[in-house]
Amino acid sequence: MTNIPETGRSTRVQIRLVVIQVLVLSLLGTLGGRLWYLQIREGAEYAKKASGNHVQQVVQPAVRGSILDARGVALADNETRLVVSASRTDLMKMRDDGKAVLTKLAGVLGMPAKEVIEKVRLCDAKTPQPCWNGSPYQPIPITDEATAKQALQIRERTEDFPGITAEPQAVRRYAAPGQANTAQVLGYLSPVTDEELQKAQDTESPYLRSDQVGRSGLEREYDKELRGKAGVTRYEVDNLGRVIGEAEADAAEPGANLVTSIDARVQRIAEYELNEAMKQARKEMDRNTNRLYEADSGAVVVMEAKTGRVVAMASNPSYDPNAWVGGISGKDYASLTGKDSNYPLLNRAIQGQSAPGSIFKVIPTAAAVNAGYSFNGPYECSSSYSIGGQVFKNFESQSHGAISLGRALEVSCDTVFYRLSHEEWKRDGGNKPKKNAKDWFYKTSHQFGLGELTGIDLPNEVTGRVPDRQWKLDYWKANKDAWCKSGKKGGSYVEQIAYENCLEGNRLRAGDSVNYSIGQGDTLVTPIQMASVYAALANGGTLYRPTVGKAVISPDGKRVTKIEPEAQSKLPVTKKTLAEIDGALEGVATRGTAAWRFGGWPQDEIPMHAKTGTAEVYGKQTTSWFATYTKDYSVVMTIAQGGTGSGASGPAVRNIYNALYGVSPDGVIDEKKALLPTPQKTLPKVRTDGTIVSPKISKDPAKDQRAAEEDEQAPADGQAQDQDQDATTTTPPPANRDTRRRDARRGGARRGGGRRGDRPSGDGRTGDGRQEDGRPAGGRRRGALRARRAAGRRATT
Amino acid sequence: MTGGVNSFHVSGYGPERAGWTRLFARDSLARRLDWPILMAAIALSLLGSLLVFSATRNRTEINQGDPYYFLVRHWLNTGIGLALMIAMLWLGHRALRTAVPVLYGLSVMLILLVLTPLGSTINGAHSWIKLGGGFSIQPSEFVKLTIILGMAVLLAARVDAGDKPYPDHRTVLQALGLATVPMLIVMLMPDLGSVMVMVVIVLGVLLASGASNRWVFGLIGTGAIGAITVWQLGVLDEYQINRFAAFANPELDPAGVGYNTNQARIAIGSGGLTGSGLFEGSQTTGQFVPEQQTDFVFTVAGEELGFVGGGLIIVLLGIILWRACRIARDTTDLYGTIVAAGIVAWFAFQSFENIGMTLGIMPVTGLPLPFVSYGGSSMFAVWLAVGLLQSIRLQRPLSA
Repeated sequence: MTNIPETGRSTRVQIRLVVIQVLVLSLLGTLGGRLWYLQIREGAEYAKKASGNHVQQVVQPAVRGSILDARGVALADNETRLVVSASRTDLMKMRDDGKAVLTKLAGVLGMPAKEVIEKVRLCDAKTPQPCWNGSPYQPIPITDEATAKQALQIRERTEDFPGITAEPQAVRRYAAPGQANTAQVLGYLSPVTDEELQKAQDTESPYLRSDQVGRSGLEREYDKELRGKAGVTRYEVDNLGRVIGEAEADAAEPGANLVTSIDARVQRIAEYELNEAMKQARKEMDRNTNRLYEADSGAVVVMEAKTGRVVAMASNPSYDPNAWVGGISGKDYASLTGKDSNYPLLNRAIQGQSAPGSIFKVIPTAAAVNAGYSFNGPYECSSSYSIGGQVFKNFESQSHGAISLGRALEVSCDTVFYRLSHEEWKRDGGNKPKKNAKDWFYKTSHQFGLGELTGIDLPNEVTGRVPDRQWKLDYWKANKDAWCKSGKKGGSYVEQIAYENCLEGNRLRAGDSVNYSIGQGDTLVTPIQMASVYAALANGGTLYRPTVGKAVISPDGKRVTKIEPEAQSKLPVTKKTLAEIDGALEGVATRGTAAWRFGGWPQDEIPMHAKTGTAEVYGKQTTSWFATYTKDYSVVMTIAQGGTGSGASGPAVRNIYNALYGVSPDGVIDEKKALLPTPQKTLPKVRTDGTIVSPKISKDPAKDQRAAEEDEQAPADGQAQDQDQDATTTTPPPANRDTRRRDARRGGARRGGGRRGDRPSGDGRTGDGRQEDGRPAGGRRRGALRARRAAGRRATT
Repeated sequence: MTGGVNSFHVSGYGPERAGWTRLFARDSLARRLDWPILMAAIALSLLGSLLVFSATRNRTEINQGDPYYFLVRHWLNTGIGLALMIAMLWLGHRALRTAVPVLYGLSVMLILLVLTPLGSTINGAHSWIKLGGGFSIQPSEFVKLTIILGMAVLLAARVDAGDKPYPDHRTVLQALGLATVPMLIVMLMPDLGSVMVMVVIVLGVLLASGASNRWVFGLIGTGAIGAITVWQLGVLDEYQINRFAAFANPELDPAGVGYNTNQARIAIGSGGLTGSGLFEGSQTTGQFVPEQQTDFVFTVAGEELGFVGGGLIIVLLGIILWRACRIARDTTDLYGTIVAAGIVAWFAFQSFENIGMTLGIMPVTGLPLPFVSYGGSSMFAVWLAVGLLQSIRLQRPLSA
C-alpha cells in the first residue's frame, strides 16, 4: 500500500490543523465560560427575572360594602354595569399597538377614537388625564356604561376585538334615596396613588393597584371596613398569557356594610330646606350693602341630642358624588375644585367656620355664672357700653333696662355681656394681666368644646377658634412683622389697625373681650360644634362625640360592631344654671327673637328651644345662625351672607322640625306623618344571607312634606301658593315689638359697628354682633299686626 | 485500487457474514470505528430528542395536538441519519470522490429551486422546499457538505497525485469559485447564518489544504470588507439588521427585537447549576423562548438541566470536534484531511454560533445545533458528515 500518499501529513498542514484544533477548543472554552457566568454567577438574578416572567396576578376586586341610613336604606351601594375593558398586554402585541382594534371599538361604543386610545395609555409625569394609572397587566376600563347590545357586539366577535372584554362588574353607586344626595358626608372614591400603595404595602390591609380608595367623608373614614379584601389569584402563564400552571388563590372578601345614623328622609328635607332657605335669602335685599343677599354657602346639622348621632348633615353648595364613579372627567373635576366652583366638595357642617354671633351667648352666660355672677342679675341692658371713650352699642341701640341673664338671652342683649366680660377682663388684671388670670369666659368656651375638634367620624374636621390670650400671643408672633411693616399711625383704617396690632396685638385688650362676649371678633365655630353644644344643653349637659357611623355589619351579617355614643365631657354648668338657660332658650322660641318663626308650635307637647345669631364678617354680608333643640334633637343651621338668624334660617329649621315630629303649620301633631318623632334606636334587620332589609322610601320626602302642608293650608287660608312663607303666614307671629324699628335702622347701626376699629384686623371681625330677628323684607309687611299680637302676648307672660 | 481496502472491510460488515469474533478482531471494522464520535453523536441526538420533546409537548399550535409528534420525528431523523452514516461508510469517502461533481451540482440545483415558487419562507429566511405531507427540506444544509467535498476534491487532486506539495493559486481560485456560487444563492434566500458557516468552512478548508497564507489572510480580509459592503448597501433585510442591533444591545427593545435574546438568556440563566429538571422549566413550558425546538434548543438544556446539562452538550460536541481534529491529522491523504477539517470548521462554528447566540455572545441567526436541534435536513447532513469522518478514519494506516 505504498501508493497511499502521505500528503495529508505535510508539516504545513499539520501545523495548520493544530491551529484549527486550538481555535476550536478555545471556542468551546468560551461557550463553557459564558455558560458558567450566566448560570452560576448570575443565576439567581435570572431566576428572579424568569419568575417575574411567568407569574401573573389576577385581581378580583372585593365588592365594597354599602353605606346605609339608620333604617337600612342604601345611601351608597354597588350596581352591576357592563364594563368594557382593554388588555394592554394584548394590544401591545399588535403591530400598531392595538390602534386599529381600539378605533373599531370606539365605533361600536360611539365614543371618539382618540378618547379610547388615550384611555389605555399609561399615566406618567408628562401624560395628562385621561390615562391609566393602574397596573399595565390589569384590564383597563374603557367605559362602564356599555349597553347590552354593545357588549354583545364585542363578545360575539372576539376575533375582531382581541384583548377587549365586556363584562358585568360592580360599580359604586350613590343612589340618592328620596333625593337625599348626602354628598359631602358620603365622600367619594378615586384610584389609589403610588404613594398610598407604598405606604400601605406592609400593613394589614395593603392596597392593590386597581383599588379605589375613599377620598373624603364616610368612604374615607371607614375605608378599611368598607373596602374588604381583594382576591388575588396567581397564575403561571406562558408567553401569550395562557394559564399553564397551578393557581394560588386568595378569595375576595367583600367589604362590611356601614349603618349610619343618617335618616335619608330627614337628610333630604334638610338638604332641600337649606337650599330653599338660601334661594329665598338671595331674593332678599340686604339693607347694609344694598345688594341682594348672596347666600353663597350654608350648612345644617340635625343631631340626636342624647347620643350625638347625626341624623342629617347637609352642606350647600353640593354636587353629585356619582361624578367620581369610573374616573372623574377633567371638566367635572374643574367644576368641583376650580376657583369659581365655590368648593362644593367641602362639608361646611364640619369644615366651615365662622363667627357664631349670638348663638354663642349661652357660653358667656354659663361663664358669668361660674365666675360668680347671679343668673337673675339684674344687669343693665343699656343701649351702649363704653370703655375709655370707645362706644359699644347694643343691637339697634336698644335698651331693655335691668334684666336677668335669661332675659338677656331672650332679647339677645349685647351690652349685658359686654359689661360682664369687661368686668372679668378687669378682674384678671386688665392691660396688666395677672399671672393666674381666671379667664372664665375663655375657659368656659374650651369646656364647651370650642376651639378643638369634636372628633366626629368624618375626615378633615376643623377646630374653629377661641381667641384667648394664648391665641392672641401666637397670632401676634406669627403676624407682627407684617403688621409692623404695613401699619401707619393715623393712616387708613386698615393701616391704623395694623399699627395698633403691631404695638399691642399680643395682649388681650378690653375691646377684644367685649367683642368676644357676643361671639364676634376672632371667634370661629363650626356648625357641628354648635350642634353638639346645643345637644348637650338638651340632654342635661353631656357633650358627646358626634358620630355618623352607627354600626359596621360584616358581609354575612353575623358580626355587628356597634359604634356606641361616646360622652366626651360634661358642660361646666350646674343643673340649676342649665335649667335656667334651658328656660331662657325656650323663651327665645316663645317670646324672644325666634318666636315669630315658631308661631303655633305645639310647645307643650314638644318644648322648643332656640337661639338666633347674626354674625358680622368684615367685608361681607352677615352670617345667619339658628341653633335649636328639643329633648330629642338639636338642629343648627347657618347661611353665609344670608342675613339674620331667624330671618334666613328660621323657616327651614321649622320645616325640619315639622317633618321630624309630623307637626302641621298650624301646630297640629299628626304622628302618622312624623318621620322620626324619636330617634331610630334599633339597627336595620339583617336577613340570614347577610343582606339588609331596607324600607321603601318615597321619591322625595321634601316634596311630600311641602305638598302635605299645602293641602292643609289651602282650605285654611286659601293662599298656599307661596310655599316659602307658609309657616309664617298662618301663625300669629309673636315677633318682638322692636323688630320693625331695628329693621328700619339697621343701616345706621351697621355703620356704627364699622367705626369701632379696635380689633386686630382680619377675618371674622367686627361689630357688635347685633342680632336676631331681623326679618326678611318680605316679612315686614305683616309686621304691624304681629307686633300688636306679640305685645298682647308678652304682657301675659 | 485504493478503494479496495475500504470495500473489503465494509463488505465484511454485518453479523450474518462476520460473526461477533470477526467483528471485534483487531483489524475489524467495529474496532477501527471512532466510537467516541459515534457515541457522542448518538448521545447528542437522544438528548436533543428529549429537549425537543420538552419544548414542543405543550405547543399544540405546532405539534398538531400530539405531544410526541416532534419526539418521534426526531428519533426518526436520527435513525435515518444513522442509516445515512452507514451508507456513507459503506460507500467510503474516496469512492465518493467521483460522485462529488454530481452531488455538488444537485445541491446547487436544489438551492436554486428554493428561489423558485417551490421554495417557502420560514422566519424571514426563504430556505425551504416543501415536499408535501408536512415534509420539507433545507438544501443549504447539504450545500455545506458539498462545498467541503467539492473544494477538497479540487484542492487535493494534484497534491494527492504527488504533482505538487500544496495547491496552486489556480486551484485555490477554482475552489473558491466553487464555494462562492452556492454562497451567493444562499445569501439571496437570504440565509445569513448559513453563509457565515460557509465562509468559515471555506476558511477551514483553505487552512487545511496548505494553501498559501496569502489566500487565508486574503480571504479573512475579503470577508470583512464583504460584510461591511453588505451592511452599507442594505442588502440585508430589516430583520437581519435588527437582530444584529439587538445583539449589540439586548435591552434596546425587550418586547421586540431583543425579545429572543433576552428570553433565551433568562431561560438559561435561571437554570443555575442543575436546572429546574426536565419538563419543569417555566420559561420553556411558558414558551417564552421562540423557536425552542430548533435554533434555541440549547435554552431548554440550560433551563431544565442547568450548567450540568448545558456543559454536557458542550463537552459532547467537544469530543466530536476533538476526535475529528485527530482524524484530520492522522489521515494520510490531503483529501481526507481537508474533508475532516472542513467538517470540524462547520461543526465548530455552527455550534459556537448557535450556543453563543442563546448565551448572548453572538448575534441571532437561524442555525441549528448539530444533532440536538429538531430538523431533518440538518440531522441528515451532520450524520452524513459523521459517516465521512468514520470513513476517513477507517482509511488511515493501522497504527502499530
